[in-house]
Amino acid sequence: MAVTTETMPTETQPGTAVVGGSDAKIDAHAKATGQTVYADDIHLPRMLVGRLLRSPHRHAKILSADVSRAAALPGVHGVLTGADLPIRYGIMPVAQDEHALALEKVRYHGEPVAAVAAIDEETADEALRLIEVEYEELAPVSSIADAMKPDLPLIDGEGVGRQVNRKGTLEFGDVAGGFERADRTYEDLFFFEGNTHLPMEEHAAVAQWEPEPRGRLTLWSSTQVPHYLHRTLAKVLELAPGRIRVIATPVGGGFGGKSDPFSHEVCAARLAMVTGRPVKFTLTREEVFYAHRGRHPVLMRVRTGWGEDGTLTAMAFRTMLDGGAFGSYGPASTYYTGALQTVTYDVPTYKFEGVRVLTNKPPCGPKRGHATVQPRFALECHLDKVATDLGIDPIDLRLRNLIEPYSYSINHLRVTTCGLRECIDLVDAASGWREKHGKLPHGRGVGFAVGSYLCGAGLPIYFNDMSQSEVQIKVDRGGGVTVYSMAIDIGQGSDHMLVTVVAEVLGLRPRDIALVAADTDLTPIDLGSYSSRVTFMAGNAAVQAARRMREKIFAAVSADLGVPAGRLVARDGRIFDGDDPEIGTDWRAAVEVASVLQAPLVTAGSYKPPKLAGPYKGGGVGPSPAYSYTASIVELECDPETGVVDVERVWIAHDIGKPINRVSAEGQIVGSVYMALGEALFEEQAFRRGYLKNPSILEYRSPTFLEMPEVESFLVETDDPEGPFGAKEVGQGPLLPVIPAVANAIYDAVGVRVDEVPISPDKIVKALQQQAQGKEPRVGPKAMPEFDYGEPVKVDPPDQLSLPEVLAP
Amino acid sequence: MAVTSTSKQLVVLNINGDVYELAVVPTHTLLEVLREDAGLTGTKHGCEQGECGLCTVLLDGRPQFSCLTLAIEAQGCAIRTVEGLADKGELHPLQQAWGETGASQCGYCTSGMLMSAQALLERNPSPSRGEIREALAGNLCRCTGYLAIIDAVELAAERMRSEA
Repeated sequence: MAVTTETMPTETQPGTAVVGGSDAKIDAHAKATGQTVYADDIHLPRMLVGRLLRSPHRHAKILSADVSRAAALPGVHGVLTGADLPIRYGIMPVAQDEHALALEKVRYHGEPVAAVAAIDEETADEALRLIEVEYEELAPVSSIADAMKPDLPLIDGEGVGRQVNRKGTLEFGDVAGGFERADRTYEDLFFFEGNTHLPMEEHAAVAQWEPEPRGRLTLWSSTQVPHYLHRTLAKVLELAPGRIRVIATPVGGGFGGKSDPFSHEVCAARLAMVTGRPVKFTLTREEVFYAHRGRHPVLMRVRTGWGEDGTLTAMAFRTMLDGGAFGSYGPASTYYTGALQTVTYDVPTYKFEGVRVLTNKPPCGPKRGHATVQPRFALECHLDKVATDLGIDPIDLRLRNLIEPYSYSINHLRVTTCGLRECIDLVDAASGWREKHGKLPHGRGVGFAVGSYLCGAGLPIYFNDMSQSEVQIKVDRGGGVTVYSMAIDIGQGSDHMLVTVVAEVLGLRPRDIALVAADTDLTPIDLGSYSSRVTFMAGNAAVQAARRMREKIFAAVSADLGVPAGRLVARDGRIFDGDDPEIGTDWRAAVEVASVLQAPLVTAGSYKPPKLAGPYKGGGVGPSPAYSYTASIVELECDPETGVVDVERVWIAHDIGKPINRVSAEGQIVGSVYMALGEALFEEQAFRRGYLKNPSILEYRSPTFLEMPEVESFLVETDDPEGPFGAKEVGQGPLLPVIPAVANAIYDAVGVRVDEVPISPDKIVKALQQQAQGKEPRVGPKAMPEFDYGEPVKVDPPDQLSLPEVLAP
Repeated sequence: MAVTSTSKQLVVLNINGDVYELAVVPTHTLLEVLREDAGLTGTKHGCEQGECGLCTVLLDGRPQFSCLTLAIEAQGCAIRTVEGLADKGELHPLQQAWGETGASQCGYCTSGMLMSAQALLERNPSPSRGEIREALAGNLCRCTGYLAIIDAVELAAERMRSEA
């Protein structure tokens, strides 16, 4: 297989001045003083309040919708129903199955059905009460088991049948042969319950319409994906994209939950157009639970074959995803449940079967780690069991099967830098694993797992050959530097990353650099804050733009001082001769010279990943220009009476390539540990007969200060040759190993397996009771529903020799 | 104003040392009045049910959920919000420390967290990590995993003690 590489040249200057530092983020003080303007903080003259009417039914036909009384209410300026916004949309081109407001039928309890804009919240709420919708209820589909029944009404379509939304079956190499070669074969079932992002900021959007003939729409929104939102608005509103400006406001927490286009965004825009006044929607906390797009519930089966010596011979992975009511990212989610098992271990033959079904529940989508988190939980718990059975230490079992750096995985994923072995060694030593595992008193245990994640999806969401990120830099005559990028800071620190890499190249400090971000009128493309892509992609684009700017400045200074440009260095606010640092000029004087000799002082850079997609259908999901790696050990106490788990300490080592900012990087790691612990132990999007049981912060239990353990984190620096200044991702990968490490630690503590997330005390107690009765000490799924995944697409293993030598270390 | 039969009522609020005379709907919470009538949007909301702590402000030095406090109840109290932490543009030690330890990621919980931390340090200038956890347990954060916040409070407390 031919591989095209578009490698950025590596920085040749020894060391860095600001990259890898620990300075406060540029947005830190605005956030700490209340100055940052989030979407709900926007207030425009004459602004109306928008509200959504939501379905009281899980699954029903809409027979009629009468809005006349609502529209007649004084103070109401606009009312919309599904018929006003009939064009379907969806984040993925192959899943255009959503309406801004339900048309003809509702698919879940909480689905938007109508929208109003009124002079204040009280009037808007009263208007919602006056809207009369007549429904005819249909039998609801509430679970994967329901979705596999042949006789329930189809959610997407007419008649009855199985609710198959997407399926894929792939086979790499001779899987049957791999299992035949095995001395032992193991099989386990796992279930990962759905959970949600729970961002602290409730979604909000403000729309403003400038009347015809210019006819321009501006939408401010707390979105992770201003570009995809821009495209959606153009489609649904039938407006030329050039007449729409989307401004992503600083996002008060996303975690993947603000990466779809949403009803309230489309309705705000349409209501601004029909009323001629600005309209703001802010979801209530309960509505945020219905907007969802969170972690898919996934039922999984893992089969592996092993030699007696603990060498993996084959793996077969089967998944069933409960997608909720719509497609969303589902086509990608489906394949992600099978994509990244292969980038941590040398899997010689591999089969993946996945199916996503629709159910009458809020739509699932991407949450931190997207759909790689559930299979990683399953795989790492399975490996713990295999190790126990083979009598091999769980860490040693992994070490025997690690993937090699600079190799292809069996499913054609190009692995470059890989510091997984170093990560494992660090947590092994720091935690005292060898003295603890299997040796701690009853009720106390340690668990181990690893994980890996993308540094940006290799392919854009809609097929195109364009760059995935572009950055412009402008230097004004006073020396001020402004960076323009559509990347949106969702708390992950992308703003600071951008100014840091530009400051590094230009020899300035991050706080010297101004940033204009996430505005489709003002900034060049960035596809959005998802798939851990921003540091790698926007970072590389920014480095390229900055180098081009530096070339201009160096050319001017070279002419002015008579020093060859190749000898010039930009550092500490000066441009100087590297051979004789006394000869030089300060930045501002250099810019004045360059403004004469090199005008205009405007440059741009762009980034497009190498062509990495594997040669098969589904091969677009999983490729990334680099992978991050993480290993984690969790130590906990599990009360054998109550099943209550107290996580005492977490050790975690992450191969980040190189950190751009150490404080931010460690913050992402600790935040990932936190979110993983919540998912492992408490958090679930729990339903009773298709109604969400816990749509409030109190009922959706998440960890507080009191449950969060101390974390010992390590950065492993593999200096990725394609990452900006060697950097890889850190926002999502560190979440992956922590959930299975908790499960494995509980087994180490009390000898029971809970093969189901969340691992709540009741499940532990049930497993302990079974243990006491001499039954299998396990709680978890016992079977997968029958389903025909179809004949696999057979894919030959990749040619390891084709990996370009230029990339090898 | 069609359906709201409740007439607005004049309230006098002392916010960060400034006197605000505002006509407000009597059923509106202090949170709503701060954000919508006084224009002080630094105070955030995450649930409006007293479950997340984002809207915490100080009433006479005590931390209160402004979403569970009616504006009319807050009359006569000294109300302090995040906008009142910095002194003439000089950052409060907590705000300074927040940036240094990375205690804000998305920043949405920051205002309420800072106010709870300020209330803690006023009554206990040298809290242990455990005491910080207890005092801030009513404030949720989804980004940081809390540890950087504990670090920031410790750092600020230490600096405030050495300045005092």
